[in-house]
Parts: sequence; structure tokens; C-alpha cells
Amino acid sequence: MLQGWVIVVVSFAYLGLLFAIAYYADKRADQGRSVIANPYVYALSLAVYATAWTFYGSVGRAAADGVGFLPIYIGPTLMIALWWIVVRKMLRITKENRITSLADFIASRYGKSALLGGVVTVIVVIGIVPYISLQLKAISSTFTILLQYPDIVMPAKVGAMPLLQDTALWVALILAVFTILFGTRHLYSAEHHEGMVAAIAFESLVKLLAFLAVGVFVTFGIYDGFGDIFLRAAADPGLAPLLTPLEGVAGGYASWVWLTVLSMLAILFLPRQFQVAVIENTDEKHLAKAIWLFPLYMLAINLFVLPLAFGGRLHFPDGSVDADTFVLTLPMAERQELLALLVFIGGLSAATGMVIVETIALSTMVCNDLVMPVLLRLRALRLAERADLTGLLLGIRRWAIVLTLLLGYLYFRVAGEAYALVSIGLISFAAVAQFAPAALGGIFWKGGTRRGALAGLLAGFAVWFYTLLVPAFARSGWLPVSLLEEGPFGIALLKPLALFGLAGLDQITHAMLWSMLANVGAYVAVSLADTPSAEEHRQASLFVDVFRRLPEAGGARFWRGTASAQDLHNVLARFVGAEAADAAFRAYATRKHVHWPEQPLVADAEFVHYVETVLAGAIGASSARIMVGSAVKEEALTLEEVRQILDEASQVVIYSHRLEQKSRELERATAELRAANERLKELDRLKDDFLSTVTHELRTPLTSIRAFSEILNQDPRVDLAQRRKFLGIITKETERLTRLINQVLDLAKIESGRADWHVTDVDLREVVSDTLTAMGQVFQEKNIRVEVRLPESVPPVRADLDRLIQVMLNLLSNAVKFCDPADGRIEVALVAEDGWLRVDVCDNGPGVRPGDERIIFDKFAQAGDALTGKPQGSGLGLYISRHIVEYHGGRIWVRNRPGGGACFSFTLPAAPGVRAAAKAEAVHGEKESADR
Amino acid sequence: MQSLDAKSQRMIALCMLGCVLFNFPVLALFNVPATLLGVPLLYAYLFIAWALLIALMALVIEARD
Repeated sequence: MLQGWVIVVVSFAYLGLLFAIAYYADKRADQGRSVIANPYVYALSLAVYATAWTFYGSVGRAAADGVGFLPIYIGPTLMIALWWIVVRKMLRITKENRITSLADFIASRYGKSALLGGVVTVIVVIGIVPYISLQLKAISSTFTILLQYPDIVMPAKVGAMPLLQDTALWVALILAVFTILFGTRHLYSAEHHEGMVAAIAFESLVKLLAFLAVGVFVTFGIYDGFGDIFLRAAADPGLAPLLTPLEGVAGGYASWVWLTVLSMLAILFLPRQFQVAVIENTDEKHLAKAIWLFPLYMLAINLFVLPLAFGGRLHFPDGSVDADTFVLTLPMAERQELLALLVFIGGLSAATGMVIVETIALSTMVCNDLVMPVLLRLRALRLAERADLTGLLLGIRRWAIVLTLLLGYLYFRVAGEAYALVSIGLISFAAVAQFAPAALGGIFWKGGTRRGALAGLLAGFAVWFYTLLVPAFARSGWLPVSLLEEGPFGIALLKPLALFGLAGLDQITHAMLWSMLANVGAYVAVSLADTPSAEEHRQASLFVDVFRRLPEAGGARFWRGTASAQDLHNVLARFVGAEAADAAFRAYATRKHVHWPEQPLVADAEFVHYVETVLAGAIGASSARIMVGSAVKEEALTLEEVRQILDEASQVVIYSHRLEQKSRELERATAELRAANERLKELDRLKDDFLSTVTHELRTPLTSIRAFSEILNQDPRVDLAQRRKFLGIITKETERLTRLINQVLDLAKIESGRADWHVTDVDLREVVSDTLTAMGQVFQEKNIRVEVRLPESVPPVRADLDRLIQVMLNLLSNAVKFCDPADGRIEVALVAEDGWLRVDVCDNGPGVRPGDERIIFDKFAQAGDALTGKPQGSGLGLYISRHIVEYHGGRIWVRNRPGGGACFSFTLPAAPGVRAAAKAEAVHGEKESADR
Repeated sequence: MQSLDAKSQRMIALCMLGCVLFNFPVLALFNVPATLLGVPLLYAYLFIAWALLIALMALVIEARD
């Protein structure tokens, strides 16, 4: 049996736990070790989007029209895909201008207009009241239901209840106190409420777990899985139509689309979403994780909505139980005491999370953008001269919280009964959607003006009020119902639910259509017709070009006037306290390398701007502007001057872009130079190798020439035969020397590209046979058999005859050198195929060591004698041959023959004209033979 | 107007993909009386497509530039 006091104690214990979390997070923030500065807490805090509406209302909606609850979560998913562009920009703007709320954001963009900020605040307060009443309704009705456990009794009509016995009133008051403790214990700089964010993130976890728990219990505990529930629903004539639900139910596709659009805008402009996503964000980088984690959260919390809805309707077929309470009543009906209590706590999390963040955001707006600008302007109050205003600021915020919640309660008592949870919430969605044109237009379009934004907001709000709020009042009996049925004064064209005769749409679609038309239309038309002031120009540029602006350029360049640092300190101290003012001054002094307060601070444009931004963090941009204005003597800039400054600024940006480009080019050039340098070093090393090898090669024959000539010179007794033998050796060594020097010269010419090439049509058959003839003597001496295979005719090649002979000589002398000394055999073949000519020179020597097939064509690569390891030859012949063949467009390679011995081959392309002619001749020949 | 980086362009494309997936006429293709493992086809489609879109968003946003 769940006693009333148990529920109350558990609820308060839970609120106490939240408070402890917040307290701990605030402490950690003061120590500079923030607990909320990570992307997961950020993503969880965004889930404040899921309120009692999601927790209880989605199931209610799904029970009535199937899948119609989903656009509220799919829309945000689509919008979040654009967050990388939109919210990143908002974050940057907010950080640079110390924006404190949505109203501040819009007012700031349009020339720090206090009027605009006030209008936005009023719209938010009126628009959000139904949403807050929804949370109160959810908490109080679930509390009342849980109190009756285990009986399931729907709460009585609230109108019938005496005021002081109404749970909703007590819920409102308790929440007000709780929120005041949470959000207004002291003034936060730039409205960072770390404790609040930590608590909200925790609540997001609790509500998700509670909802998943009840979902799993109903789906798999009461029923037998998803399939079972849907199967039973299909068998029920009352539920079957919901299974293919988009036909006709809830306005069909048009309603679906508008709900998607509506929630796309709501996820950006609901005050609490703006608060957690933009104002409370600690690092732009957290956005990346949140972009997929937050939609994932929404997916998870919606997974069991349909099973719960159908399960509830199957379980309570008589309709006596409100579908909005299925989440709670299902576990109650199954006597699951603890689960029911967990669900209640989950719902409490969802509702309190929303109320806390929403009212804190609202109180900031009411204070900074509605009350303060008015109070500061009332000279009679002499407020600007008071010493410390922090107490006043906190007082205003606390009263704003209490009043907002009481307004929510009032709405609940007046109109709450007539609508289901979701319908109440949608009215608020439509209200905040009115900020989209002014806010989105403001960050992407410089042309939007203050008057344009004002006109759009007022027009959209008026239509919203008339098409959504008036019908809500009429239905609850506060206005005559005839207003809905016949129109005001009987004018049918002005019926709130079918404006200008547009009937057949559901209420939200109808209201969104007309209000957006009015809003966007007025915003664009008035902006285009308007001329913006200097201040508006400057703010527009600060917002739209936030990513292009140089960080230091800021807003300081737009200011000209005189001020004293002491005056500025006084102003700041009044609003944020002397300590915080000192800290702000010290921070600025450190940045400027000044030892404040021993050395004075110069109150130049940059400093005044700095003070104004710090002040804006406490009281909002428009109020800060008024206050700083009172402390400094400002000379207004003319429009022309602002334009000039803007032009200069963009010049600077263009210049810095060019500079960047130049430095990139420089980097590239440096990289190229470095590569070239590396290459040069490598070549240098190669040259050194080359020199040492060549000198070594030269020294060997020289040494033997010198040795033999010395013998001949010093010893006259050497006999003739001996002398002849020595002279023969000297001649041979001299020849070797000449050959080597010739090769080196050749190589130098070829490598440097200075070689003379005498290209003519060359018949390779001649080259081969001429070389063989020239080498004939050598073959005979060494007793080598040579086999030659030449075709009868081959196409000519375009080549240098002498060089080709050189290649042939190289290959043949190579073959002579390596072939079997006892039974030497060399095979030479010439083959013509496919426009290519190939020459093979094969020997029957030891062959090439495997792996050396490529190396031997390199400079000074000597295939040493396999037995003695002593190199033979200069090592240049094959290298030069390769160069010559490649110069002619051919290829040279070596492979070992299966039976032993190496086979050197090179190819050359047949002369191009001849190739075509040869083909034509072949075809012609065939034709001729066919003719015959 | 500064040009958008690759990541931003991909995210815009995903948003457009979502707009197509969760709209008429694609939605109408699945709005038929059929079931997938006992779950009405439309419901199954909505949740699967939604999960797919989130997965793609995660892939794009977490990719190293």
C-alpha cells in the first residue's frame, strides 16, 4: 500500500538529491574543475526537451491517433543535422557578445533594442505559460492518481476543488521555491548555471530509465513482445484503424509536415533549449557528440510509446482511464508498487527539469530585457546612482520565477481541462516558432532591421494569439463559444479556427500557416523598405560575419568617446559586486600587461567595450548599453563612419586572406626546395661514388702499364720474346684504358643530354650482321660458336646507327666474357612483331645471379665472377646500353635461360610511318591474293 | 557568403535526406496494412529510417577531417 506520505517523502528526497548534485557541481565549478564540461553531460542536458509531454503525453497522443506523436521528435532530429551550421554560429555570437538569453540574442542583433527585447520577453512569457501549466497538470494528476493506489481513479475536475486543496497549486509553489534555490542563489557570470545543468543531465537519465523500465514491463511483462501487442490491437475493431494511421486521422500528411516544421523550430527557440544548447554550452566541440547522442536519446525514449498506448487501450477498453496516464496506470493495475513509484519519479524528473530551466531562462529575460531597461530609464528612481544593485537583480528574478509559475497554475485552472497534454504543449511550440524569422534571418541576412523584426514578431504573435489562445479560452468558457462557431460579431471570415474561410485543417496547421505567413511577410517587407541605423548596421555585421571577423576587431572599433576607468568600475560594481568588478578589471589588466590597480587603466574604446560585454553578461545587452552610456560621454557615430569602419574591417579580412594564401604558397615553395635539395645531395653522393669507382678502374690498367714499362726501362737484359710479351700487355691495357675513358665520356654526354644523335632509318639486320663480323676475330680466338637467326626482312627503326652498334658490341662482348670458356656458344636472334623489333643475345655461361636482373643495368654494377668474386669489365657497358635503348623508346632486360646461361634482349619500336605502311601492305596483299 | 566546409555540406545533405524519408510520398509507400515481424510496416519503417539517419549523422560528424 502506497501511503501518501511515502510518495511525498520520496519526491522530496529526490528533489533533495537533485539539489545536492547541483550544489556539488557549483562547488566544482568554483574550483575550476567543471563536471559539465564534457559532451555527454551536454547531450543529456539537451534532453530537457523531453518533458511530461513526452513522458505521459506521447502515449496519450498515440492512443488517440497512432503515429502522430512522432514528428515532435523527428523534426528536431532533422534540425539537429543543421546545428553544425546554425548553432555553431549562435554559440560563437553568444560567446563574443556575452548574450544571456534568447530575448537578449534577438535584441542584440537588432541594434541592442530594448523595445525588441521586451517584446520577445512578453511573447515568451505568454507563449510558455500553457507549457508550464502542462507540467503542473501532469505532476498533480499523477500524484492524485498514485495516492489512490491500488484503485485507479481519475482526478476530479479542478474547477470544483477549493483553491488550497488543489495539489497543482502546491506543486507550483514548491517548484518555485526549488527553482529559486537552484538558479538565483547568486548572480552567475554570463548566466552559466553549472549546478542546474548537472542536475538536468541527471534528471534526463532518470526519466529515460523510468520510461524504458515501464516500457519493457508492459511489452514483455504484461504482453508477449511487440508483435503480440500489435496483433491484439489489429483484432480490436476500435484500434485497428490506428495501425495504418496517416489516412485522414489528425489531418493526414499536412498535419504531419507542419508538426515536423514546428518542432524543428521549437528545438532551437524554446527558451529552455536555447538556454542549455547555447547559453550553458561550455565548449563548441561538444556539439559534435550531441548532434547524434541527443537524437539517439529521443529515439530511445520513443521506442515503447506505441506498445504502451495500445497496451493501455487494450487493458482499459472502456475508456474510463485517461490515455495520458497509461504510463502510470498500467503498472498500477498490475500491482507493481515500486515500478509505479519509479514512473512517478520519472515523470517528476521530466516535469521539474522543464520547469526549472524554463523559468530560470524566463526570469533572466524578464529581469534583463523587460524590467531593468524600464527601471534604468525611470530617472525618478535614481537607480543608476545606487551603490549595489545585485540584490535588486536577484529579487527581480525570484519574483519572475514565482509569477511565471503562478501564471502557469492560473492557465491550468482556466484552460487546462479542455485539452490533452500534447495539445497544450503545441500551443507553446507555435508561440516560440514566431522567433524563427527574426533570429534565423538575423544571423544569415544582414538586411533584416529592427523595425522589420518587430513587425514580424508582432504580426506572428497576434495571429498566434487569435488562432490558438482565443479558442483555448473560448472552449474553457472564459469567452463565448459563439466566437468560434460564428466568428466575432458574426463575421464568418474571421472565425479563429477557419481564418479567411480556410477550413479543413487541424488547429495547429491552420495557426502555423497564417502566423508564419504574417510573420515572415512583415519581417521581410518592412526590413526591405527600412533604412537601418548605424547601430543596427554594426550589430548585423557582428552577427552575420561572426566567423569572418578578426577576433580583436570586436565591437570596440565602433566606439568613440571619453570615459574614466573609475566610472566604469563603479558601474560594474553596482551590478556584479565590487569583487567581481575587481576580478574583471584584473583580467583585462593582465591581458594588457598592466599592473592594476598600481598602474592606471586607459579607458579607451576597447576597454569600454570590454566593460560593456562583462556587464551584458549580468544584465543583458540593452541594459548594459544604457548603463555604460550613463558612465561615458559617447559621441555617436554617423552611419557613414560605421560603413567606413565596416569596409575597413572587411579590407583587413581580405588582406589577411591574401596573406594566408601567400604563406601557403611559400610553404609549398619551401617544400619543393627541400625536395630539390635532397635530390641534389643524392646526386652529389652518386658523383662521389662514380669518381671513386672510375679512378679505381683507371688505376688498375695504369698500374700494370707502369710496372711493365719500368721493367723494360730499368732492365736491358730482358730478352726479345719477353719484351714483346710485355709490350703486348701494355698495348692491351692502354686499349682498355681508352675504352674506359671513351665510355665515361659517352656516359657524361648521354646523362647530361648533350650527346649528338644522328637519327636515320636503320635496318637492324645490318646492325646485327655488321657487329658479328666486327667481332668475328674475337669469336675465333676464344673458340666460340655463334648461331644467328635473322628474318628475311624487317621494318626499319628510327635510330642512331653508331649507338645501336655500340649496344650490340656491349651485349656481344658481355656474352663472350661470360660464356662457357671450354665450349662457348652464343645465339643471336632478331624478331619483328606488332610494330616492335626484338634482339636477343644469349650465352651459355653461369647466368645472372637471381635478384640481380635489374641491378646489372645500373652504373658500375658489375656481375662479379661467381667463382673468384673478381669483377670483370668497367660496369658501364650495360648502363650505357640501357640509356641508348631507352632513348630510342625501347626496353632492355635480361633473364636466365632454363638450360643455363643468360639471355639479354632489347626492343625498339619500328618507325611509325613504316608501321602503318606495313599494315596496309599486309591487308593489300591479302586482298590481292583474294583477287587472284 | 563564405563557402561551407565539407562537413557542413554533408550535414545539410543528411537533413535533406531526412526531409525526404519522413515526408509524402515516401511515407505513403509504407503507409499500407502490412507488418514486419508483427509490427505495422509504417511504424517499423519510421524507427528504422530514424535510426539509420542518426547513424549517418554520427558517421559524418565524428569523421576526422
